Amino acid sequence: MSLIKSEKLTFEYIRRDEEGNVEGITRAVDEVDLDIQQGQFIAILGHNGSGKSTLAKHINAILYPTEGSVWVDGMNTREEKKVWDIRQTAGMVFQNPDNQIIGQVVEEDVGFGPENLGVPTNEIWSRVEESLKTVGMWEYRKHSPNKLSGGQKQRVSIAGVIAMHPKCIVLDEPTAMLDPSGRYEVIRAARALNDVEKMTVILITHYMEEVIFADRVLVMDSGKVVMQGTPREVFSQVEKLKELRLDVPQVTLLAYELKKKGLNIPDGILTTKELVNAINNCR
Amino acid sequence: MLRDITLGQYYQTDSLIHRLDPRTKISGTFFFIVTIFMAKNVLGYAIAAAFLVMCIKLSKVPFKYMVRGMKAILLLLLITVVFNLLMTPGEVMWSFWKINITKEGLENAVKMALRLTFLILGSGIMTLTTTPNSLTDGLEKLLGPLKKIRVPVHEIAMMMSIALRFIPILIEETDKIMKAQMARGADFDSGNIFKRAKALIPLLVPLIISAFRRAGDLAMAMEARCYRGDVGRTRMKPLHYEKRDYIAYLVMILTLVMCIVFGRKIWW
Repeated sequence: MSLIKSEKLTFEYIRRDEEGNVEGITRAVDEVDLDIQQGQFIAILGHNGSGKSTLAKHINAILYPTEGSVWVDGMNTREEKKVWDIRQTAGMVFQNPDNQIIGQVVEEDVGFGPENLGVPTNEIWSRVEESLKTVGMWEYRKHSPNKLSGGQKQRVSIAGVIAMHPKCIVLDEPTAMLDPSGRYEVIRAARALNDVEKMTVILITHYMEEVIFADRVLVMDSGKVVMQGTPREVFSQVEKLKELRLDVPQVTLLAYELKKKGLNIPDGILTTKELVNAINNCR
Repeated sequence: MLRDITLGQYYQTDSLIHRLDPRTKISGTFFFIVTIFMAKNVLGYAIAAAFLVMCIKLSKVPFKYMVRGMKAILLLLLITVVFNLLMTPGEVMWSFWKINITKEGLENAVKMALRLTFLILGSGIMTLTTTPNSLTDGLEKLLGPLKKIRVPVHEIAMMMSIALRFIPILIEETDKIMKAQMARGADFDSGNIFKRAKALIPLLVPLIISAFRRAGDLAMAMEARCYRGDVGRTRMKPLHYEKRDYIAYLVMILTLVMCIVFGRKIWW
């Protein structure tokens, strides 16, 4: 059974003027069909305003579809009784690390989720230890979140979600406000979750380099899923990505340009190593 | 510069007082305030002073550090002393020109000064030895019975701890906005008080807007982590009274009783 499934998921924002009259309707998400299996690493790409964050908020039952339905682990997000079960099954990490950490000490923040779920005290402590160790922040458990770097804060946020023992974790542009080293830390933590813990990870981003490890990439544009497939399939269509105002990873772009100039290089090169091998084969 | 402000003046060290349950410390402060006002003679003040000195010694907070907190109320203290000294009618001790200092006035002034000093030092021990977080926890538990009459105790405590968490973030943001406005020629430091107040508008408006945005984000993040008030909520660090807390309560009650018994006016 698929973990997350949606059928013709549509979400509309109603824009109002100052008197509250309807000015217009914006379709943020337009008839999206999703089917995500347990244990997959899914990346959702798209530039600003493509509806990717809106889509993510449906998986966590923060938003409800205007039309269509979303099922998380078989539960329809419209069922009000299931809201808390759904939110526990699909945890969510947001963009701004400062606005989602609630504890004044790292360990207290990680314990916040389990506290809300009514987990017994002893187990909260073991969950906090386990999740902080998973993201490599155990040494910082007594620190104040204000003294941590952006990447560290975001790893604490991830730990806070893992401590709730979700089946799936949705990362909504977790690296958008971080510097390159912070981005690396967070992506490494997300990959470890998928590789080691076998957790389903849905990563929303607009950095192409972050998605080459994904099992499947979805590209969104004005509310629709316009491309999907393995990273290799998606990135081999350089022209189409350019049309959507998205960059491709530098190596892929270089390979593409070389190929255009007549070198015999396969489509969809993702890493430097692959490109080096391909060029060696040409000689 | 703004970032250097430390919040809640918690003094990090390990002492008996630090390890006491926050509830004990909150009620202790309350007991001590009552004790001060029960003291009517020298013996009464001596008992209160002895209790205070004992607490300060046990807390291992340097006395110098404690006195620093007194500076803020120095003006208030001075005004109280001067008014008591000059305005109390009674038996005149000294008088020059139009000013009369009476025996009662002197007595009242000394009493008031002592009471205020004790009050500040006493409550200072609580804030110096308790983290803001456990303080809100303690308050929530202490006021718990009020939930029965629909006082949203948990929500108030949660709001307090969120406020504490966001103060440093908002201070940092103020600093950032201030610099951004200064880079565009804003002037916060010159002109009269009205000009300066007006100059703060371009600082406050973005700050308030951003605070609202943060509040919205945080609320969403809390909901995403299954926060639904204190319904079915467990505690990571539940509060437990230990033996030392019972002993502390005993000492506190003893001090209060002693002060009531020996501190009455007739013993003077």
